[in-house]
Amino acid sequence: MSALTREETEALIKEVLEVYPEKAQKDRAKHLAVNDQSVEQSKKCITSNRKSLPGVMTIRGCAYAGSKGVVWGPIKDMIHISHGPVGCGQYSRAGRRNYYVGVTGVNTFGTMNFTSDFQEKDIVFGGDKKLAKIINEIEGLFPLHKGISVQSECPIGLIGDDIEAVSKKGAAELDKPVVPVRCEGFRGVSQSLGHHIANDSIRDWVFSRDGKDVKSEFVPGPYDVSIIGDYNIGGDAWSSRILLEEMGLRVVAQWSGDGTLAEIELTPKVKLNLIHCYRSMNYIARHMEEKYSIPWIEYNFFGPTKIAESLRAIAAHFDDKIKAGAEAVIAKYQPMVDAVIAKYRTRLEGKRVMLYVGGLRPRHVIGSYEDLGMEVVGTGYEFGHNDDYDRTIKEMGNATLLYDDVTGFEFEEFVKKVKPDLIGSGIKEKYIFQKMGVPFRQMHSWDYSGPYHGYDGFAIFARDMDMTINNPCWKILTPPWQKKPEAEAIAKAA
Amino acid sequence: MANIMIRRGAAGEYVFYLPKRDLEDTITSMEFDQADKWGGEIKLNNGGAYYVDPMPAPPKLPISVRARRMDAAE
Repeated sequence: MSALTREETEALIKEVLEVYPEKAQKDRAKHLAVNDQSVEQSKKCITSNRKSLPGVMTIRGCAYAGSKGVVWGPIKDMIHISHGPVGCGQYSRAGRRNYYVGVTGVNTFGTMNFTSDFQEKDIVFGGDKKLAKIINEIEGLFPLHKGISVQSECPIGLIGDDIEAVSKKGAAELDKPVVPVRCEGFRGVSQSLGHHIANDSIRDWVFSRDGKDVKSEFVPGPYDVSIIGDYNIGGDAWSSRILLEEMGLRVVAQWSGDGTLAEIELTPKVKLNLIHCYRSMNYIARHMEEKYSIPWIEYNFFGPTKIAESLRAIAAHFDDKIKAGAEAVIAKYQPMVDAVIAKYRTRLEGKRVMLYVGGLRPRHVIGSYEDLGMEVVGTGYEFGHNDDYDRTIKEMGNATLLYDDVTGFEFEEFVKKVKPDLIGSGIKEKYIFQKMGVPFRQMHSWDYSGPYHGYDGFAIFARDMDMTINNPCWKILTPPWQKKPEAEAIAKAA
Repeated sequence: MANIMIRRGAAGEYVFYLPKRDLEDTITSMEFDQADKWGGEIKLNNGGAYYVDPMPAPPKLPISVRARRMDAAE
């Protein structure tokens, strides 16, 4: 099936919306759009970052997910207490595949779950005493931890516990940072506010303690950079880091995949902040730009075209040595890229993809697919804001679908009509679409593969897409007794 | 009154950012943009307008300032 025209896409949106009651129809219509590259401002065509409608199936998370799961969780040498009932921490434990180096339970704690396990009495009498006790227990059991963050779950905000006071007292006792994070799940409309709250808590509790900047004996160099907004899913940050190091830069900090507290404290001393996930960490980059005069740029390490573009853009902030380094890196990996494209492009050429992810991927991975000759025909964010869509419009082709906070129903209907060859979304969507017979890759966790960043990641990305789309299983979905006789005859004749 | 941040974009233009609403936009015009006076009425690309108390000299950017909303686009 060839690409839809603008009119067809508009008609499709209208058709899908028809089943809703009038009020819901009006609301949802604002979140669905046909891409038009001539539009400068996304808000003219699409509304985002609004509360999901009750009754529709949203795929969003909560503020706690944004703070504990995304921003704070991967900081490996700190202990993150899920403060509240046990479920939030336990069901989000270690699911995100942020890889790290270290001995879990000794000096790193990434995949462990620490919770205050609230009971009725804690709700009635308050949980502050329990929190103080936990902080002391942690110090006794895990003396090598570098700090603690207190990630609030919903009840903390509802019962009005003073976690700031407990944290301050705990920090003084341990002589380590204890960071209270007010990321109760009910705040905001999605995980996006949780990212913001987490960024603000790093600003207020890590960069400066008691109003003073943290002192260190670190000697800044001329080529110091930090990787911000790379969560090392399946090793992404590592495959990005080697490229930056090969071109002559010194990566001081990784935020926050495989990151440590010390790295985060040193970040205000770097020369340039490199932002991969703009949505979750632009806040801290803006703060550092204002307070420490550190410029920041967004970069994209998905697919060779974007990598080369990004490496050159990063190098443009430094001297000729780095610029030459960037060219050398691009040249070094070119043969490898050519081999990957030669191998997979013929198998993937012209395949059409629909994406629905969060953060940066709905626009960042487009380059990767295009490098393999594939086409992205629909994309959308779970929790994007206007500025994300501003950046997306330019990346997407004309008359393609844009959907914000898409509902389960809408997504299924779009897929039935657009008939993409591949869908990239999350675990909640995976089995629905696989049962519909559509090849599917999880684009949150890379479907337990990865890394996908950098040149090495591109090779893995291409292999994974090929083995999903060209998997023989898609041809045998119809059981023999339901096969039409004519089809069988044709198959026999062939 | 809203806290806003003004910074320079890649092309040297002023960029407006409203943290509370994650609204990022280019500034199309600023009432006073001279060596001895900076600020005043700010017009945004999306049609919104804000007022920043004029400062005696252009500040070091980016800068967070209090601004009064004159005409919001949304």
